Amino acid sequence: MSEKKNNQVSRRQFLNYTLTGVGGFMGAAMVSPMVGMAVDPLLQAEGSSDFQYVMDVSEITQEPQRKSFTVPQEDGWYESESEQTAWIYRTENDEILALSPVCTHLGCTVDWESGDHDNEFFCPCHNGRYDRMGVNIADTPPTAPLPAYEYRVEEGKLYLGKAQPRGGA
Amino acid sequence: MLQKLYDWVDERLDITPIWRDIADHEVPEHVNPAHHFSAFVYCFGGLTFFVTVIQVLSGMFLTMYYVPDIENAFASVEYLQSQVAHGQIVRGMHHWGASVVIVMIFLHTLRVFFQGAYKKPRELNWVVGVLLFFVMFGLGFTGYLLPWDNKAFFATQVGLEIAESVPVIGTDIKTLLAGDPEIVGAQTLTRFFAIHVFFLPAALFGLMAAHFIMIRRQGISGPL
Ligand code: HEM
Ligand code: FES
Repeated sequence: MSEKKNNQVSRRQFLNYTLTGVGGFMGAAMVSPMVGMAVDPLLQAEGSSDFQYVMDVSEITQEPQRKSFTVPQEDGWYESESEQTAWIYRTENDEILALSPVCTHLGCTVDWESGDHDNEFFCPCHNGRYDRMGVNIADTPPTAPLPAYEYRVEEGKLYLGKAQPRGGA
Repeated sequence: MLQKLYDWVDERLDITPIWRDIADHEVPEHVNPAHHFSAFVYCFGGLTFFVTVIQVLSGMFLTMYYVPDIENAFASVEYLQSQVAHGQIVRGMHHWGASVVIVMIFLHTLRVFFQGAYKKPRELNWVVGVLLFFVMFGLGFTGYLLPWDNKAFFATQVGLEIAESVPVIGTDIKTLLAGDPEIVGAQTLTRFFAIHVFFLPAALFGLMAAHFIMIRRQGISGPL
């Protein structure tokens, strides 16, 4: 008897398949919008970056100066002004450089020539060091140079955009 | 009175076998500190559970006052800590318990490791134990942000940078945790709160159930 019905689906199998199928479908229908909600931050388009006035170009010196500026910030439903800091100076080639003070090791705040670190940026958290160009010094914890702000100069005024990573070294 | 009540229920529902099956077991001599004092090492699992119960209960009561909103979170914690009757004690239990539970789970893991109690047939329970360890760390990490003070903010900043340092998917992990690729803010706090108070405790309960059911099926290992 069982040989005849070999390629037939038994009632039990049929019920198993349909219940698993329907159950799976219902489960997926329930869970997928929830997962969608959870991953929404990954789907958001990146906000375009505005440029903010920071200082006059004529004031930029060879010596890095610490400048603060505010950027309008949108965090979901919460809008605020975010305070940002940049180390701004002219390099030896007379180019303008505006560095983010956020250490590329674990995100502490670096300082120019603090303690006895002449001509270097120094991070006190784990003794991270960067040379004058903000490039991380080998054998200290940071793994990449300090990010540099995009900048624009208009009518003698310096505007800063977003800090961009400058490749690992 | 109580006996009568119990008998009344038992007569109808036969509940004696249920609690007998859970509670009525002999403690083997080699895990009983009254026999060999060195057997106190077997207590760390139970102590982990005990502190976990404190965490769950104290946490439930903290949520009566706490709000996961960046404008009000700090003030709500300060209020419950300084104005609410016994709030300081309940917050203290949760605050110190969070560290004690990690110490206990660590000591328990050391005992299992050095006694080789994870060997066949208990490999699966070791795996569940490691998952419990991760869930505990997750609870500690997400809970730490909730008071929304400077220490909380910067510790989370650093924790997220660590997550971001994962190759290839690091930035996505960070965004998923923080709710934003760059900002540690309003969306981070609500997410961490949800994870801390709903998602991880749910995982914790499931894993603990699996842990204890396996212990009952397999018994305690040893003596050495
Ligand atoms: C093993 C489990 C848990 C651990 C390790 C843990 C850990 C933590 C930590 C480290 C904090 C920061 C506390 C502080 O700085 O004072 C915290 C805060 C908090 N937790 Fe938990 N938690 C656990 C379970 C729970 C549960 C189950 C709930 C709620 C159902 C909860 C609700 C809260 C709330 C509302 C806060 C913020 C209040 C405050 O900071 O004092 N926790 N938790
Ligand atoms: S965070 Fe700067 S050296 Fe570690």
